Amino acid sequence: MPKIKFIEHNGKEHVVDGEIGHSVMNAAIDNLVPGIDADCGGECSCATCHVIVDEKWYPVVGKPSDQEESMLDMNPERQPTSRLSCQIKVRSEIDGLIVRLPQFQI
Amino acid sequence: MSEAIDRTATLTDSDPATVPLDRIEIWRPDRFENYTFWPYFARLRKEDPVHYTPESPYGAFWSITKFDDIMHVDTHHEIFSSEGGITIEDDDPEFELPMFIAMDPPKHDLQRKTVSGVVAPPNLAKLEGTIRERAGRILDSLPVGETINWVDKVSIELTAQMLATLFDFPFEDRRKLTYWSDMAVADASSGLYESVDHQRAELLACLEYFTRLWNERVNTVGGNDLISMLAHGESTRNMPPMEYLGNLILLIVGGNDTTRNSISGGVLALNQNPNEYAKLRANPGLIPNMVSEIIRWQTPLSHMRRRALSDTELRGKKIKKGDKVVMWYVSGNRDEEAIENPEAFLIDRPKARQHLSFGFGIHRCMGNRLAEMQLRVVWEEILKRFRMVEVVGEPVRVRSNFIKGYSQLPVRLHRL
Repeated sequence: MPKIKFIEHNGKEHVVDGEIGHSVMNAAIDNLVPGIDADCGGECSCATCHVIVDEKWYPVVGKPSDQEESMLDMNPERQPTSRLSCQIKVRSEIDGLIVRLPQFQI
Repeated sequence: MSEAIDRTATLTDSDPATVPLDRIEIWRPDRFENYTFWPYFARLRKEDPVHYTPESPYGAFWSITKFDDIMHVDTHHEIFSSEGGITIEDDDPEFELPMFIAMDPPKHDLQRKTVSGVVAPPNLAKLEGTIRERAGRILDSLPVGETINWVDKVSIELTAQMLATLFDFPFEDRRKLTYWSDMAVADASSGLYESVDHQRAELLACLEYFTRLWNERVNTVGGNDLISMLAHGESTRNMPPMEYLGNLILLIVGGNDTTRNSISGGVLALNQNPNEYAKLRANPGLIPNMVSEIIRWQTPLSHMRRRALSDTELRGKKIKKGDKVVMWYVSGNRDEEAIENPEAFLIDRPKARQHLSFGFGIHRCMGNRLAEMQLRVVWEEILKRFRMVEVVGEPVRVRSNFIKGYSQLPVRLHRL
């Protein structure tokens, strides 16, 4: 299973297994990674699973869709490589993915 | 806000189990005051979850009653527009108050971004100490063992103080904010105003007061209160006066009624569920989860409405371009297909955050984190002081199908 590394705002790291076909948000929730709320349950409609993708990984993960963009755009914490983790599908190409968590989910 | 609503005062109500669906009158505000609305919504969820009402005091409208359907409508702002109003009742064309919650992109996005920083986490971290100190002071001032109105003494007082801080509003005048908030959303039958003209005059007085504050701040840079943000924001600094008033009402009502009624609702829910109150006393670490459960259980805004920008279909029903669509959050939050055992108030409910009370999509509540923080802090401070906030009489509920709240909640405090 592809490995995903979540880095909390305070620097604490969590490396978890992601299940192919599920989302990176699911991987965080299933492994009790703190700092991902996922209030809408993965519908791309709340922005509380916000992650900042490591720059090196951003081209692999890719840009947000229009709907995701409209949610990210509302977020004052947004960074250039921000994504909603419920919209990143786990696949073999992202094995080793590094994402950082914002200080707070909004 | 219209006199039409008054008509329900004289109606007797139908049996929710047998009333024909075309006469279910799901909109009736008196049912929210009498707390009889639940079985009507349960019936719609079961028998006609996307329900059309051809005639009502608010005209024709669709009722969306299931969790997933509400999520669908809320997240498709390109089909379901907020432009021109977000409540079942249409805005008065002679007194239009543009506000960003009732706008579509791109203007909505720009105006919202102008002010969203004030309730963003970095600012909230700074506010928490202030909220805690004020909550503590309010709670310490309450008489123990006497019957008091929790709504007035705590819920209103705390939210008024918070709003005054966010606006950097003269502190001694803070109850004006509560007054204007109530005035803006009050039903004609509430007795709060004598006529529509009276209501308008009071709201214009609000505008006048705030215009003075705007003028004081427009030439000073760096203020991080809401008025300064609006006065300096690129998308808001040239707003016409009525748009300033509209956005003020949005921020005042948004920051006032909702949290206020969730503070009251939590006390009521815990009293109705003594096991949960015991759980809370045994484990105050449950407070953050309980806060989400309170917000679901209370659902302080019963609905939001949209208008279809194109023909569309939902559960096989054909919604036509121009139709009014009401998302009943209050019903979706009790949808047994989305939430396990939805009638129960469970402070340790799994996935308690997955509720509809903040809405979803681009109009999702901007102040949700502030609201949660206020509720968390107030409960942390209550538990430090009181063994129980005991409800000692019937709550008085607000006659409104939009604001789901309380005007009175008699309680007696018991010290630790």
